Amino acid sequence: MRRGAMEYEAVIGLEVHAQLKTKSKVFCGCSTQFGAPPNTQVCPVCLGLPGVLPVLNRRAVEYTLRLALALGCEVAPFCRFARKNYFYPDLPKGYQISQYELPLAQGGSLEVVTDGARKRVSFHRIHMEEDAGKLIHGEHLDDPASSYVDLNRTGVPLLEIVTAPDLRSAAEASDFLQQLRTLLQYLDICDANMEEGSLRCDANVSIRPAGSRELGTKVEVKNMNSFRFVRRALDYEVERQRRVLEAGGTLVQETRLWDSDRGVTLPMRTKEYAHDYRYFPEPDLVPLVVDREWQERIRAELPELPLAKHDRFVSSYGLPDYDAGVLTASRALADYFEETVRLGPDRRRGAAPKAASNWVMGEVLRLLNERKLEPPECPVTPAHLAGMLKLVDEGVISGKIAKAVFEEMADSGQMPEEVVRAKGLTQVTDVAAIESAVERVLAENADQVAAYRAGKDKLFGFFMGQTMKVTGGKANPAAVQEILRKKLAG
Amino acid sequence: ELREKLKAREVSAREAAEAYLARIAEVEPRVHAYIAVLEEEARRGAEEADARMARGEDAPLLGVPLAIKDLLCMRGVATTCGSRILENFRAPYDATAVARLREAGAVFLGKANMDEFAMGSSTERSAFGPTHNPWDLATIPGGSSGGSAAAVAAEECAGALGSDTGGSIRQPAALCNVVGLKPTYGRVSRYGLVAFASSLDQIGPMTKDVYDCALLMNVIGGHDPRDSTSADIPLPDFTGHLEGGVRGLRLGVPKEYFIEGMDPEAEGGVRGAIGKLAELGAEAEEVSLPHSEYALAAYYVLAPSEASSNLARYDGARYGLRARGRPSAAEGPLVTMYKGSREAGFGEEVKRRIMLGTYALSSGYYDAYYLKALKVRTLVLRDFQRAFERVDLIVTPTSPTPAFRLGERLEDPLSMYLSDIFTIPCNLAGIPGLSVPCGFTRAGLPTGLQLLGRPFDEETLLRAAYAYEGATGHSRRRPPL
Repeated sequence: MRRGAMEYEAVIGLEVHAQLKTKSKVFCGCSTQFGAPPNTQVCPVCLGLPGVLPVLNRRAVEYTLRLALALGCEVAPFCRFARKNYFYPDLPKGYQISQYELPLAQGGSLEVVTDGARKRVSFHRIHMEEDAGKLIHGEHLDDPASSYVDLNRTGVPLLEIVTAPDLRSAAEASDFLQQLRTLLQYLDICDANMEEGSLRCDANVSIRPAGSRELGTKVEVKNMNSFRFVRRALDYEVERQRRVLEAGGTLVQETRLWDSDRGVTLPMRTKEYAHDYRYFPEPDLVPLVVDREWQERIRAELPELPLAKHDRFVSSYGLPDYDAGVLTASRALADYFEETVRLGPDRRRGAAPKAASNWVMGEVLRLLNERKLEPPECPVTPAHLAGMLKLVDEGVISGKIAKAVFEEMADSGQMPEEVVRAKGLTQVTDVAAIESAVERVLAENADQVAAYRAGKDKLFGFFMGQTMKVTGGKANPAAVQEILRKKLAG
Repeated sequence: ELREKLKAREVSAREAAEAYLARIAEVEPRVHAYIAVLEEEARRGAEEADARMARGEDAPLLGVPLAIKDLLCMRGVATTCGSRILENFRAPYDATAVARLREAGAVFLGKANMDEFAMGSSTERSAFGPTHNPWDLATIPGGSSGGSAAAVAAEECAGALGSDTGGSIRQPAALCNVVGLKPTYGRVSRYGLVAFASSLDQIGPMTKDVYDCALLMNVIGGHDPRDSTSADIPLPDFTGHLEGGVRGLRLGVPKEYFIEGMDPEAEGGVRGAIGKLAELGAEAEEVSLPHSEYALAAYYVLAPSEASSNLARYDGARYGLRARGRPSAAEGPLVTMYKGSREAGFGEEVKRRIMLGTYALSSGYYDAYYLKALKVRTLVLRDFQRAFERVDLIVTPTSPTPAFRLGERLEDPLSMYLSDIFTIPCNLAGIPGLSVPCGFTRAGLPTGLQLLGRPFDEETLLRAAYAYEGATGHSRRRPPL
C-alpha cells in the first residue's frame, strides 16, 4: 500500500474450516451425504437427546492425520476433546465437541505460489470438531416469522485449520486458500467447495506501518463464501483500515461481515456479548492416542503433493511453469496427463509431453467442463488421447484433423485408429497428390496468382486454405506449404 | 430374586406382575416411590415373558418385575428425570442397561421417583412430589434414587436400577434397608442414562439382597461400544463366587470417616459390623485417607460444572417444555424462549447447581475452581490407591445419619450436601462402592455399611457383603407398612 506519508502492510491470518468427506459423522454413524431432506440424517446421538454419548469415528482421525503429516505438523501423541459451550438452535447439545488445550496437530507449513513467487505459510494448529446444523429462516417455508432448524449437518466432522498471520495481501490469502483447497483434494479428505460449504474461511486482518514488528488492532472478517469474495472482502477491509488510520482515527477490535451486495464489510449488528465458551475436557470421550505406527502407515500412503508434482512436471517433462500449474490443479487431471504420456509417443522430454499437455489443457479440459465430468469419467481416455498423439507424431493425421478425431472419440468412444480408418482421415502426404491439388487451385484462381506474384503476399493463406479444402483437410500442411511456395515462385 | 424366578415356574410372570401391581396400588398412596406406574407395559412384558418360558426359553431375569429410576431412557414411555422440563419427553430408544434387562426377560413395573436430574440426597427435589421412607413415612428415603430404594423396601418391585454420582444409590439404600451397588466407573454403560456429571455417573442395582444385586450386575454390566468410557474388559459372573467368605480379607477402617459429631447410632452400627466381619475371619486395621475432607468441596465444583454443560440441551427448542417467557425487546424471541423454558422447567436445586457450575468453568475462574478440583480428585484417588496396597476393602458408614424428616434440610442446601460426605470420595476415585443393611436405630430407622473396593473388584465387595448379610439378617426385616 503506497499513497500518503505512511506505508502500511497488511497482516492476515486465516481460520479455515474443512468438512471431512467421511461417510459417517464424527461421533455417530449417520450419513454425511449432502442434500438430504431436512432432519432425515439424524439419530439420538447427533440430535443430542437426553442420555446419548459420542463415539469417535477413527476415519475422521485418519483424514486429519493425512493433512497434519502432509503439512509437516507436530502430531500430538496424546490429545483431548473439549466442550465449547454456548446456546444456539443449530447446536443441539448446547455445546460443540471440539479441541482446545491439546489439539491433534500444531505447527506445520504449506509452500504456496503467489504473485509468481514461492512463499511458505505457517500454521498454528489443526484440530477436529463437529459441525452444527443449519438455520433456515422461514420466508420460503410455512411460517415467515419462524426459523427452521435442519440438523442433518450436526456432527459432520470438521477440521479447523488456523494459519499464522503470514499473509500480506488479499491476493496472497486467496492464492493460499485455493492451494490449500487443492491439497485437501489431493489428500482426498475434503471436497473443499466453498459454495457448498465444505470449505469455509474467516480472516483476521490488521495493518501496521511497514517495517514494524508489532501487530495492529485485529478485525475478524466473516461471511466470505467464495474465493473471489475472500479477495474482495480482504482488499476492502485492508483499505478501510488504512483510511481510518490515515484520517487519524483508531480501529476497533470487532467482527465484521462481508456484504457482497454492497461490496463492504460491516460490523456485526447483534450485540457481541464476549463469548465465554467455558471450555473443559470432554468427559464422554477418552483421550486420543496416536501412535507412531499409525502415523507412519498414513505417511507412507500420502500421495505426491501438488507443488512437488508441479516441480516434477517441470523438471521431468520439461513443461513450462504455466502448464505444470494447470495440470496439477487437480490430482485426477495430473494423473490423466501422466498416463497419456506414459502410453504416448516415447519421448520423455520435448514434443510428446508438451503435445499431451496442450491437448489436456485445451480440448480435454473443455470437454470435461462442457459435460461436467471428472477426468476419470472422460470418454476420451488417456489411451485414446495417447493413440491419437502417436498418429499425429507419425504424420498419419495432421494436427487439424486430430481435432475432428478428438470430437469423434468423445462422441463414440472409438479408438483413434478406428476413427481415422472409418472416416478416411489419413493425412495425405503423397507428393504427387498434393502437387495435383495445388496445381488445380492455382489454375482455378489465376487472378489471385497474378496478384500474389505482383506482391500481395497475404494471399498465400488463401491458397493454403483452398488447397486444404480440395484435399478435404487431409493434406499435410507442411508439405502443402513447401509445394505451394515452389509452384507460386514459378 | 432367584426365589421369584423359581416361583415364576410355579407362578406365572403375569401373576407375579399382577401381585406387584396390587401391592403398588396398596402402598403407593403412602410411599410414592413411582413417578409413573406402567401397568400396560408391565402386563405386556409379563405376557411376553410367559410366552418365552412356554417356548422353553431361559433367561436370567425372565418374568422378574423391576422398577427403573426415571433417569434412564426407556423406549416409548416418558423419561422425566424428575423434572418438569422433561415431563412429556418420550425417549425413542432404550438405555443399554434397560435393553439388556429387557433381553434378559425383565418386566418393567414403572419409572421410579428421584431428585430432579439426580441432584439431591432426599428425593424431595422431585418435581412430582417426594417419596416417603417406608420405614417411617415422615422421613426421607434418601436420594437421588429414593424412589428405587423405597420401591424395593416396600416390596413394590423385586429389584430396581438406580444411578449414583455422589452416593445416590448407596445413601438411599442405607436409609431404606436395601442393598445398593455403585459399580466401578466404566463397568456399566452410561448410554441412555441422562447425564448429570459425566465423569462420575454410574448405573447400579438396588435389591433386597446381595445375590439379586449380583444377578442384576451380570445382566447390565459389560462393555458397550456406544459408551466410549465403558471399560472393554471381560465381565465376571458376579453370582459365581459369592460364597467365598471373608477369611483373611483385610479391611481398612479410615480414621477420617469417623468424625466428631457423627450420629452415634450410625457409628455404632458400623463398628458392630466391622466386629462381625472380624468374627467371620476378616482382619481389620486402621487406614488413612488424608484428603477425605476436601472431597466434598471438589465434588461440588466438578459435578455442577459438568451438569451445567450437560443440562444446556434443555432449552425448549426440540423436546420437553417450551414456555413463553417474558418478552424483552433487548433479548429477542430466542433468548426469551431459552430463559422462559428453563425458568419454568428447572427446580431450585438444579438452577443452583447450574449457576455454580457455570461460574466454576467461566473465564478467570476455571483454574481456581475446576482445574483445582480436578487436582484434588487425583489426590483422593491416590489416597485410595495407597490404602489398597495394604487392604482389600475399606469399610465406612454409608450415611452420617439415618433418615431425617421430610423438609428438615430443604432450607439449607449445604446441610443436605453433607449427607454424601462418606459416599462422594468413591465417585471421585471411580472405585466401586456397595451399601448393605447393618442394623436399625432405636427409632427403627435403617443404617447402612459401606464397602469400597479396588477398581473392577465388585466381586470382593459382593462376597464380603454376602457373608455379612448371611450372618446378620437385617435384610430380612420388613417395613411396617
